[in-house]
Formats: sequence, C-alpha cells, structure tokens
Amino acid sequence: MTATAEQPASTAIGTEPVLSVRDLVKHFPITSRGVIRRKIGDIHAVCGVSFDLYPRETLGLVGESGCGKSTTGRTVLQLQPATSGSVVFQGQELTDKSSKQMRSVRRDLQIVFQDPYASLNPRMTVNDIVAEPLRIHGLHDKHSGDKMRELFRLVGLNPEHGNRYPHEFSGGQRQRIGIARALALEPKALILDEPVSALDVSIQAGVVNLLEELQDRLGLAYLFIAHDLSVVRHIADRVAVMYLGKIVELADRPELFDRPAHPYTQALMSAIPIPDPVKERERRRIVIRGDVPSPASPPSGCRFRTRCPKFANQLSEGERERCVEEEPALIERGQGHPAACHYAAVEKVL
Amino acid sequence: MASGPTTGTSTTGGPDLVETPGGAQPGPKPAGVVEREFTVAVRSQRQMILRRFLNHRLAVASLIIFIALLMGSLIGGRLWHYGFADRTGDYSQPPSLKHPMGTDDIGHDVMALVFRGAQKSVQIALLVALLSTTIGTLVGAVAGFYRGRADALLMRFVDLVLTVPSLAILAVLASVVGSKAGGWFFVAIVLAGITWAPISRVVRGVFLSLREKEYVEAARALGANDRRIIFRHLLPNALGAIIVNATIVVAVAILTETALSYLGVGVQRPDTSLGLLISDGQGAAQTRPWLFYFPGLVIILIALTVNFIGDGLRDAFDPTQTRVRA
Repeated sequence: MTATAEQPASTAIGTEPVLSVRDLVKHFPITSRGVIRRKIGDIHAVCGVSFDLYPRETLGLVGESGCGKSTTGRTVLQLQPATSGSVVFQGQELTDKSSKQMRSVRRDLQIVFQDPYASLNPRMTVNDIVAEPLRIHGLHDKHSGDKMRELFRLVGLNPEHGNRYPHEFSGGQRQRIGIARALALEPKALILDEPVSALDVSIQAGVVNLLEELQDRLGLAYLFIAHDLSVVRHIADRVAVMYLGKIVELADRPELFDRPAHPYTQALMSAIPIPDPVKERERRRIVIRGDVPSPASPPSGCRFRTRCPKFANQLSEGERERCVEEEPALIERGQGHPAACHYAAVEKVL
Repeated sequence: MASGPTTGTSTTGGPDLVETPGGAQPGPKPAGVVEREFTVAVRSQRQMILRRFLNHRLAVASLIIFIALLMGSLIGGRLWHYGFADRTGDYSQPPSLKHPMGTDDIGHDVMALVFRGAQKSVQIALLVALLSTTIGTLVGAVAGFYRGRADALLMRFVDLVLTVPSLAILAVLASVVGSKAGGWFFVAIVLAGITWAPISRVVRGVFLSLREKEYVEAARALGANDRRIIFRHLLPNALGAIIVNATIVVAVAILTETALSYLGVGVQRPDTSLGLLISDGQGAAQTRPWLFYFPGLVIILIALTVNFIGDGLRDAFDPTQTRVRA
C-alpha cells in the first residue's frame, strides 16, 4: 500500500514524522478447545494499517468498537507483537526489537489507557505509580520529589495527595494520574487509547483541555484513539477512520468533517448529534444496518460492502462487482484526500 | 465487627481535591500556600500498614493471645514443677490444685504435656506455613505468570503431589528412615511437602487473572521487566489469597502432624505435640475428658487466633479496605 505515502498536507507538515506505521498487521490465532489446541483460524484485528504521526500534531483514530483501534495502538507500542508490517519511531524500527531494547524507546513513546479504574495498581500509592517510570529507567533520585510535584501540578492534581491510593480518587482524577505517569519520562509521543470515553461528559472536557494544553507546552504528538467523533473533532489535527482493521479514510480534520468521501465516514458523520432541534429533525441520516462482519472471516473485496448504503442503494450491478472482487486502496480519487472506496464521492453531511 | 474504630477517622477521609477543569495552573504555586493548607503528615507505606493492622481489633487481640500462648508454653514449661516426661505417681487424676489439668494413666501431668505440645505444634505449624506458602507461591507464580509449557509441567507435578496418597508414601518413608526421623524439623519439611500443592494452585489462578489486568500492561508499556511486574504488581495484589491460605495451613499442619506420629515419623514419645495429645485423649473423652479437652482447647485457640491474625494482615495490606482507616 504505497498510496499512503502521499500524505495529505497537514498543519504539522514540514518535519519528519515522529512515528510512521506501514502495513501493520495483527492477527490473533483462534484455537480449538480441548487438550491439544490446534489453530483453527485468525482474528484479523488489524490488516495493513499505515499512517504517519508528525511532531506536535494530534492524529485521531476513530471507528466503532472492535475495529482494531486499540490493537493498533498496542501493537505500535509492541505490547503485542505485530504479525507483519513496520513501525518506525524516531528513525528506529520497533517491530524487531527485543523487550530490553524497547525499554529505551519507551521513554519517548508512552500510552494512556482507556479505563482509569483498571490501569492503576490498586496497591500502590499515587506517588509510587507516577514514580514507577522513573524507577524503571533508573532516573529516580533525591531530586525526584520536585519532579513529582511538578508533574502533579502539570496535570492539575494536588501534590500533597501523592500518598493516597487510586481508589480514593474520582475517575477524572485517576485519568490525570495515568497521564502524569505517561508524562513522567518526558515522551515525544503519546498514544491515547480512548482516554476520555470511560469518563463522565462533564469530566471529559477537563481532561481533553488538559491534553491540549500539555501538547502546547511540551510539544507532544498524540495518536488519539476514540470512538467519539465530537471529541476527535475538538482535538485532532488529522483524522483516520478505521473499519474492520483497515483505515478507510484519512484527512485533515476540517476536510474530513466538511467533505467526507467514504460512505462509512459519511454514515458516522450523520450520526453526530447537532445541538439544534430544527436542524437535527431535518437532517438526512445515513443508517448502516447490521453488525460488523466477523473479523475472523472478513468479506472479500471492500470490507464495508456488506453494510454499505451506497453499495445497496446507488450502485448498479456491474459497479457492485468491483466492490466484491477488488479491494479498494486508500488513495485519492479526486476528492482531495485518500479514501478507500472505488466510488468515493464527497458528500456534505454535517 | 460492626462497630468501626473510634479513633483516627478525621483528616484522611475528607473530601477529594477539587477538579480544575482548565488543567494545570499557570506557573508554579508558591510552595508556602500548599504547605499551610495541608497538614496531613506524609506517612510511609509501612506505617500505614501497621496502622491498619492495629485498627483491626480482633486481629490485635488474637495476636496478643497467640503471643501469650506461645510465651506461656515456653516459660510455663520451664517454670512448672513437672516436666513433660516426669512420672508424678498420680494416675488418671482429674484436674486439681496439684494438677490443674489432671494427669494421664501413666502419671504424666497434663499441664506439662500441653505446654510442651503447644510449643512443638506451633513450632512445626509456623515452619510448615512458611515453607509451604513460599514454595506454593513460587510455583504458582511461575506457572500463572509464564503459562505455556512451564505452567503445564508444574501443574501436572502439582496434580501428582495432590493425587498420590501422601499417607502411603509417609508409611514407606517411616520404615526407611525409622525413628531417627523424629525431629520436629523433619516433620515440618514433610508436612510442607504435602501442603504446598493446593497453595500453588490458588496462587496460579490468581496470577492468571491478575496478569491480564490493565495496570500490568501499563507497567509493561513503561518498560518494567518480569521481575518488577511479579513482585511489585502481581504479588501485592495476590497477597490476600496467599495469607488466607497460609493461615489455613497452620491449622491443617497441627492436625496432620498427628497422623505422622501414628506412622512413627512424627514427634516421638516421650516428646509430645498437641496432635499427639488429642489422639491419645480421644478414647478417654467420655471417661477422663481433661485428657482430650485441654489440648483440644489449645488447638482451637491457636487455629482461631492465627486465622484472625491472617484476616488482620490481609486487611492491613489492602489499601481499599476502608472499614479500618489508616
């Protein structure tokens, strides 16, 4: 898939990408039950995902549940070994690194997890949790106290509460602890794995604003994984839309929201609520029916065709054949940015 | 224990800190402001654990009773004017001022026997608990953490230990080693060799579930190695299950030791243990109840207090335990 090499012009362009992912594939084996566990198939969680992340930019990765967003994030970090493909971070290939070699990389590439209730060890004090990255990398010394206080203030927590345990904090505060932990090593890039979707809407804004502020201050690059388009619309510079393990559309944020070209993106956009009852009632909704096909046996050709409203309603018999037989590449077809649809056409939805 | 502790409820239970939706404050705060606002002394983790334990009344009471029992049997055994091997000349006497717990049919003073027995039994039980918990935890941790081949191999071995009739093996062992093997140390090792297996299964199960937790993945993402993950993240979270099992082992060890004595590998006469006293006194429970009830009472006391101490320890190590506040 060389098509993605021609990245759309971005606000952060002009520099080398800090993280570049090419044709990343992650399959999970399905094994039979019983004493002898035979491999009987694969879950195709991520199938050839490519993207670049530039310094100081936020790349939103959106898609519905189970489309492989989180797996992409984890595989980039080598928390799960990639089946194939390459992940280049700051000029270094990560996929063939041992866990020991990865340690130095992890100082610059960190992750914030989705669930702030599960991602903090309940038996460690907050001080210990935030100091752990420093301890692991041998950076913990007598000056660490100052550094910790600074980190706590940076994420809007009271440094005097460091001696408490995670359960004594609210969800938003816990997520701030998770962010402080990820920032302790002063990384260059952060993978944010749905950092706000487990939080109340009122708290979400606080955390999102915090993330934006930290990006400005520390010059971080974010891979922002989310399923909430309104959050992505707020924070992302560029957006990649994923469906069943593949990126189906990739564009600058305003471009994507104004001129979505892939039927799936259009359907997603039409589901964003508009805070105006009159407009909301009058708008056209693109409804996708059915469930996501099993990632163990994805459809041939275009993966979205089984649910595609365009495939079902607009295309002729002859045109459909191409969708069934040929997999659409993620390339530009005259709509201004790459979209993985043979019949991509810009349609204003919002 | 429905009633909460009356002390130390104040400051730490206060309201959480205020969320600042804008995130970080611009610029560092003057340090003096913060320090005046919060007067909660920073306590070390060890102090907090100790505090939580001390707030667990039943556990503290049990610890006091247990230590008293231990000291009593140690010091009492020395001071009491009958030794455990002495023949007093009074046969099958009920409790009296001269023999507070009576005497048995060959003239031993039961009080002296109980002192000696408690001493031996506790000695054995604690060593068994320590050994079997250590081995069981180690085996279970390795199996649960590394899974795969190591797990299969270790767990089949555990199955073997669990299924092979241990008493039959012990009988053979007894005939081979003979009466030389009467030392309490040997008994403890044999008992630990039996009791570690169930512990390892429990620990394995706990580790299997804990290793999939997100905070373990978070630690990995930070670059933590296996040792750190096992000792800093998994073990502390498995501590509850481990402690509970260790306390059960104490009671089990005291009673199983009796079986060993029957087979001639356990504690040998004239030395004695609580298990041995119980089994001797069993037949006399109707006619000379003092032979049975006094050592039985002490066994129950030991098992109960150790259980409560274990409860207290488990709660003390669990920071989410809010009933007793640190």
